[in-house]
Amino acid sequence: MAVTRAAGVFSKFSTGKYPLFKISAYTRKYYCNLSHSLIAVFSILARKHISFEYKDDVAVIRFNDPSSKVNKQSLQLHELADVLGDIWLYRSSKSVVLISGKPGCFLAGADSNMLQSCATSEEVTSLCEEAQKLFRRIEQSRVPIVAAIHGSCLSRGLELATACHYRIATKSKETVLGTPEVMLGLLPGAGGTQRLPKMVGVLGAFDMLLSGKNITADEAKKMGLVDQLVDPLGPGLKSPEERTMEYLEEVAVGVAYELANKKIPLTREKSFRLKLWDAVTGLGPVRKIIYSTVTKRVQKQTKNLYPAPFQIIECVKTGIEHGSDAGYLAEAQSFGKLVRTSESKALIGLHHGRLLCKKNRFGPPEKEVKKLAILGAGLMGAGIAQVSVDKGLTSILKDTTEDAISKGYEKVYKSFDTKVKKTAMTSFERDAFMSNLSIQTDYSGFESADMVIEAVFEDLNIKHQVLKEVEAVTPPHCIFATNTSALPVRDIAAASKRPEKVIGIHYFSPVDKMQLVEIVTTDKTSKDTLGAAVSMALKQGKIVVTDGPGFYTTRCMGCLLMESLRLLQEGVTATKSDFLATSFGFNVGPFTVIDEVGVDIGLHISEMLCKAFGSRYEGGSLEIFKTMLEKGLKGCKSGKGFFLYGKTKSVNPEVEEILKNHQVTAPSAISSEYDMQYRLLSRCINESLMCLQEGIIQSPLEGDIGAVFGYGFPPMHGGPFRFVDTFGAERLVSLMKRFEDVYGNQFTPCQLLLDHTKDPSKKFYQSSPSPLQY
Amino acid sequence: IVLVEGVRTPFLLSGTTYADLMPHDLARAALQGLLKRTGIPKDAVDYIIYGTVVQEVKTSNVAREAALGAGFSDKIPAHTVTMACISANQAMTSGVGLIAAGQCDAVVAGGVEFMSDVPIRHSRKMRKTMLSLNKAKTLGQRLSLIGSIRLAHLSPELPAVAEFSTAETMGHSADRLAAAFGVSRVEQDEFAVRSHTLAKKAQDEGLLQDVISFKVPGRDIVSKDNGIRPSSMEQMGKLKPAFVKPHGTVTAANSSFMTDGASAVLVMSEEKALAMGYKPKAYLRDFVYVSQDPKDQLLLGPTYATPKVLERAGLSMSDIDVFEFHEAFAGQIMANLKAMDSDWFAQTYMGRKSKVGTPAMEKFNLWGGSLSLGHPFGATGCRLATTVANRLKKEGGQYGLIAACAAGGQGHAMVIEAYPQ
Repeated sequence: MAVTRAAGVFSKFSTGKYPLFKISAYTRKYYCNLSHSLIAVFSILARKHISFEYKDDVAVIRFNDPSSKVNKQSLQLHELADVLGDIWLYRSSKSVVLISGKPGCFLAGADSNMLQSCATSEEVTSLCEEAQKLFRRIEQSRVPIVAAIHGSCLSRGLELATACHYRIATKSKETVLGTPEVMLGLLPGAGGTQRLPKMVGVLGAFDMLLSGKNITADEAKKMGLVDQLVDPLGPGLKSPEERTMEYLEEVAVGVAYELANKKIPLTREKSFRLKLWDAVTGLGPVRKIIYSTVTKRVQKQTKNLYPAPFQIIECVKTGIEHGSDAGYLAEAQSFGKLVRTSESKALIGLHHGRLLCKKNRFGPPEKEVKKLAILGAGLMGAGIAQVSVDKGLTSILKDTTEDAISKGYEKVYKSFDTKVKKTAMTSFERDAFMSNLSIQTDYSGFESADMVIEAVFEDLNIKHQVLKEVEAVTPPHCIFATNTSALPVRDIAAASKRPEKVIGIHYFSPVDKMQLVEIVTTDKTSKDTLGAAVSMALKQGKIVVTDGPGFYTTRCMGCLLMESLRLLQEGVTATKSDFLATSFGFNVGPFTVIDEVGVDIGLHISEMLCKAFGSRYEGGSLEIFKTMLEKGLKGCKSGKGFFLYGKTKSVNPEVEEILKNHQVTAPSAISSEYDMQYRLLSRCINESLMCLQEGIIQSPLEGDIGAVFGYGFPPMHGGPFRFVDTFGAERLVSLMKRFEDVYGNQFTPCQLLLDHTKDPSKKFYQSSPSPLQY
Repeated sequence: IVLVEGVRTPFLLSGTTYADLMPHDLARAALQGLLKRTGIPKDAVDYIIYGTVVQEVKTSNVAREAALGAGFSDKIPAHTVTMACISANQAMTSGVGLIAAGQCDAVVAGGVEFMSDVPIRHSRKMRKTMLSLNKAKTLGQRLSLIGSIRLAHLSPELPAVAEFSTAETMGHSADRLAAAFGVSRVEQDEFAVRSHTLAKKAQDEGLLQDVISFKVPGRDIVSKDNGIRPSSMEQMGKLKPAFVKPHGTVTAANSSFMTDGASAVLVMSEEKALAMGYKPKAYLRDFVYVSQDPKDQLLLGPTYATPKVLERAGLSMSDIDVFEFHEAFAGQIMANLKAMDSDWFAQTYMGRKSKVGTPAMEKFNLWGGSLSLGHPFGATGCRLATTVANRLKKEGGQYGLIAACAAGGQGHAMVIEAYPQ
């Protein structure tokens, strides 16, 4: 997604430490204020989303939305305003603690459905202004307010916390702070762009706002975003979660008390480093350089395809250069505008889709997979092992040679060890995870495996042989999953004694980085097998899309490759073809992808697809791949493919030489840059729609998720289906007709697309985010 | 199997009078004290076992070095065990095992810890360079190795104070444990003051008979523990938290301190003891070792071990007349007491039907504990056993119970019965 870590390099300079403050439990005086009880009674009436009570002269306000798993802010903020209003009016407490009644979440972000339902930008802007006003009142409150944070404190939650006078967070893994709005094509609309620069410095703020990354409690403390940390507790007389929340509250109440009694000062001494940075960034010319540097980096990273990061820079700049009032106004207005952009709608759609695809829609399987066996210890096999053993799955990694399993083990170990070196994992955890992995060259232990995943070479005969060997040693309930990306699973299953237990699980490379898993069934695959496979992939932390018989992502990506290859023959360089894709928003271009996957595998898959779909699927000549392989140009693994991988990436002259024998004349009618770009796109989009039409995928939503997370379809367009909705089916078809005139059936729009042209009101996504049925 | 006698050197704050000794010197003093106290012939012992935690690399089998130096016959085998703060308990129960198996009749068990000097190593990089230097054949190779030494190589490596599996220091874990059980700072300070006050009283009344006098070479004769410092609640309250800052509750004053010391006990089969004309102090009855989550339940050993050992012995809490629990931190003791008193905890985490109950405070650590007397990690176990035996004799009860927690999330408990007078 829109990971634009623009100011990352600078951020490490902008962190600083605040000194610690002592709280003495002994010196507390207690007294009771009569008015407490009165106000508590009034305020408790009609409050559904927050509750509050007095602990001596500290008011503790708890967010607790009974209707939802997370605390949605919209309703709670209204009630918070009421309660705080009372406290300010009656001076009923000397300080306030804000805390959540839910262990996993302080306060979540704005409700994107609600935002989308607003009719105009102005409406959204006024919602922002309301929140801004409340937060500014909190900031200026004479009664000190402490935010006690456990669980996620994102977007509006963070904006609220930063408006408070003191922040205490638990060191729990669940506690994360951040402003992820940019990933939804938005910006923090309630003062985030104004308050963060003051708190963590301009550079630190840019880093947070533009990357949207999650910040752990420890990091937050170092940056000065959080003032004090509290350790999560183990079991005591109550469950760890419950007691940790209580403890956090106790500590927060203590701090609130000391703040009220001026034992802890309200203004905190900044570290020398932070002061120095403030001094430096206080200089106008220096700030100018920062703005322009950050803008340039964002331009480079987003290729100007995302509007939000630029708006963020603008809002921060306005606030600093023209004062808070101007800054807040700019922020609210930008937010209102951004909500209406197609980019934001696409990103929010993906966000919802991703959440849906993180749930098991097929119910829990009869027998949860606990023991996994992986065949093939190559890049894929080792990757699968890596994401399994750290989730507690006992895994066997089997290959035919000692050398192969040793390399596989090493790869898994290295991945964990890197985390240990970055202190993201302890060496003990690494060792414990590695103890779940067994490497071997025989089938011992397979008799108790619940699932076998094969990641051997893509050849039907080899797959059949492996399947038979496995079935001879595994128990009847054991599922056989094939990690093929193109061989029809039904053909593989043909050799099985238990076809109901055979399924395709398509991992993407590199397994630990790619979020998507595509699960492919045959008409014989049982529901339970599907459920078990989905449940396991989810356990491995994946987003899951399920396909009918066929490979959705492979087919779509294949189209793109075939067309790119043709462009090459027509005299477009590999660099230029890649640019055509990336300037539309693809992360990497098609030839970079082929080099990464391997030319041999690219050829293999292309041949299979062309055989299956005939002339409709053709494009460039596969002879180019063959000649490249003869010359040993396999891609990254052999050091050169379409590109040379030296210090810088450059086009491989050997390929240019090969291309001389395959040149064709470019049809001038459809060879403008725009046309070439849409030749690539329209084929791949048409193929997506065709997959839905054929029942390979079940819904546009899964199609979009699969496209974006599987082969890198530009996220700001939300996926092929949302793209058709936004771009217009008719426009797309008229483009394709022109291409069809030259190349024939490869550009024939599919029936589903034509249906959408006939009725312009027909959309893949109706008003609300689409369900999983279509 | 009986405990004939137990002695210990005075427990001193590390860095004080023992500062220039070596660990085996302390162990030797304890062994000599035991020899002197019991008058047992130097060849009548079948086996010697010592417990220790931070090992001096020169004397890794400190039991053997100490035994030789103490004048025991060189025909007596000796080995060293380690199990964090229950190392001496492990030494004793190993001895019990040898006797029960018919291997031995008389075993000396003990423990030693010397925190005034700990092995501080070169960094791993430096060690690697130095080892390669040994193998280097030519001058050129040697020079290039020496040239590869960087400033970073020179930073030393201290013995870990943190739990290896969790990287958390014990004090930090104790603070979290106290918070988990809602133990307040005041409760902890009160318990620490109690420990020091009781220890002082016991010392003044001469109840700590297990302490032997030790003439430290080049220094004075030491005959008293030097860590006992009863102070007021107000003074205790002034201290800042030592581990969890700024809101923690565990301070230097309510934790046990770094201590040097050694202990030794003579364990025999009853027949042998009687045959040799000894009047044993107590029977060593049932014992258990337990272990649990080293992160969140690091110091809950006593909670897990107590009900288990009572069950084995067929006793209940009310049958016990003398309790000696190892006091690592006041907060840890209070947390254990609360855990032992919680049905919810027993059911949820220990898989038991109900709580075991708390020991009566009027029977609990009446002569002070690790907080005040000191806690030489490897030696404390024998102190607990000997104190129970001595207290049973003095107070006239029948059953005593010792319980202790240890790093690694382990624990131990043992039932000791008074020998009929």
